Amino acid sequence: MAFNLDNAFGMHADALKLRAQRTAQLAANIANVDTPNYKAKDIDFQSALKQVQQASSASTLVRTQAGHISSSGGTASAAPLSYRMPLQPSFDGNTVNAQIEQAAFAKNTVEYQASFSFLNGRIKGLMTALKGE
Amino acid sequence: MSLMSVFNISSSAMNAQSVRLNTTASNLANAESVSSSEANAYRARQPVFETVLNNLTGEVKGVAIADVVKSEAPVMKQYSPGNPMADKEGYIYRSNVNAMEEMANMISASRSYQNNVQVMNTSKEMLMSTLRLGQ
Repeated sequence: MAFNLDNAFGMHADALKLRAQRTAQLAANIANVDTPNYKAKDIDFQSALKQVQQASSASTLVRTQAGHISSSGGTASAAPLSYRMPLQPSFDGNTVNAQIEQAAFAKNTVEYQASFSFLNGRIKGLMTALKGE
Repeated sequence: MSLMSVFNISSSAMNAQSVRLNTTASNLANAESVSSSEANAYRARQPVFETVLNNLTGEVKGVAIADVVKSEAPVMKQYSPGNPMADKEGYIYRSNVNAMEEMANMISASRSYQNNVQVMNTSKEMLMSTLRLGQ
């Protein structure tokens, strides 16, 4: 059985990348809390992760000519964004609810750290196997 | 968008909120200003924010000040012939600053500023922990 470093980290590498993207999106929502007509957007993490994993398991671009540049693995497209449903209408058309965004940001940070710990554990396990101590 | 972009987003928001805090300070400082004509009377100023988008990807890059608008509220006309600023008929014109409104604005701006500082700090810690990956 061949060992593949790409699969060694499982979904956690993808998850960590998506969590970082979601952090930036939530930061943008919090930054625009007083901007008229700004609509809060968020990443649906479950479906985004599924999409990334399908993209990475699908076959990559094929080089049919010698002059083609080889693609570096899966497509690195940004996760799809969807609008958040506002709980209450606001006078200036802004749909950011600061409390909801703060809670989502805190939760996302904890989940980022969880993914990070899993990834760290995998790396430590690999290192132990390599050293054979 | 990566964790690095959080620094740009949050700092642009902090900049916008500090401009808002500045205009509030200017409004409160001029709340008692008087003038000898209606046109020259101080009018409360208020910044209007807008979202900055990345032209290529449509992602949010931060916040910018679109404009600073003057309040349309009527200027208070007061009969005060003893005032050195009074016009020929003995009237002075006070500013249209609403102190209560400005106080509420000030609290809102400082809370939003604090929020963005917190976001930036948390993101920085996340980045620093990522740098220690595998150690």
